[in-house]
Amino acid sequence: MLLLKLFFAFIQVGLFSVGGGYAAIPLIQEQIVNIYGMMTLEEFSDLITVAEMTPGPISINSATFVGMRIAGIPGVLICSIGCIIPSFCICLTLAHFYYKYRSVSGVQIVLGSLRPAVVALIASAGASILMLGLFQAELKEAALGNIRFVELGIFVIALWVLRKYKASAISIILGSGIVGTIIYALLGGYIK
Amino acid sequence: MKKDYSKLWILFRSMFVLSACTFGGGFVIVSLMKKKFVEELKWLEEDEMLDVTAITQSAPGPLPVNASVIIGYRMAGVAGSLTAILGTILPPMIIISIISVFYEQFRTNPYIATALQVMRAGVAAVIFDVVINLAANVWKTKRILYIIMMIVAFIATYLLDVSAMIVILTCLGIGLIDLVLTLGNRKKEVD
Repeated sequence: MLLLKLFFAFIQVGLFSVGGGYAAIPLIQEQIVNIYGMMTLEEFSDLITVAEMTPGPISINSATFVGMRIAGIPGVLICSIGCIIPSFCICLTLAHFYYKYRSVSGVQIVLGSLRPAVVALIASAGASILMLGLFQAELKEAALGNIRFVELGIFVIALWVLRKYKASAISIILGSGIVGTIIYALLGGYIK
Repeated sequence: MKKDYSKLWILFRSMFVLSACTFGGGFVIVSLMKKKFVEELKWLEEDEMLDVTAITQSAPGPLPVNASVIIGYRMAGVAGSLTAILGTILPPMIIISIISVFYEQFRTNPYIATALQVMRAGVAAVIFDVVINLAANVWKTKRILYIIMMIVAFIATYLLDVSAMIVILTCLGIGLIDLVLTLGNRKKEVD
């Protein structure tokens, strides 16, 4: 019964979280904390920290964390599957129609106008992460005096390596994590 | 139609690795997918990847899962979709299951906090690399409309906090007007 409740709660989370992972967090809070009272608000704030600190989509991270806390491994499976069922059905349908009609010239014109928007959205996400990396703050709170030179150096070198040697994304991300941690260890200044 | 099942393993492995190394939101994984599937494996065209991103952004649910469904479907039908989803969701499921048990130690560990902070610089570099290529291609279309749309959309999302959904819908509207005007012009030429 508990598992069934979790399953339907996360189907709703998957179905109504339009526009990226952060849209899912208030929905999960609504279902799990407010409606069913399965978690306290404090546990829920732990969830947000973990979901942000770990790799992977935020809603899958949240579903796994909630599932594990409430019902162990079966909970993890039930919550994650519930969360992706709506995506799976809707996107499979969309993919089917996209590949059927995408070569039609009218469809090409409409899709063509979406591409610049997508480039801008990706650029915007990149700019936000760069600000967090360099200043540990969003654009509005960032002060030039707080710039972190280690991260700035890593960013510049990583971008240069990517442009020049076409390095893989994974090696750059993991490499910058390892190199940066070593530099901070040598400098003796960890965060917090 | 014979689907290429030999690609399933590469698909699974690629999604698994991308998902395991993606910190910070849906558009990060989209950049990584673009690099992997367009530039490295050459399975998808660049325009196709951008279309897929627009579709995933418009559909409900986690962006990386949505993108996996569509890319998987493209490579090997429904079996491909399921394979790609599995690759995408397994790493977070495994990692979070372990972390939820050792939550306190994880949250207070200074090495982890430092690594996560500096990794952001690397993630930003990867996204900028992808954006430079994408923006160059929009520039190459030589359509002033597209170039202006790209700049305005960036200002709207980054500086003015307009939601991605609204940006996509607005551009969809512009695209439909563009379509009507183009069809109108063609009709005139025929007449």
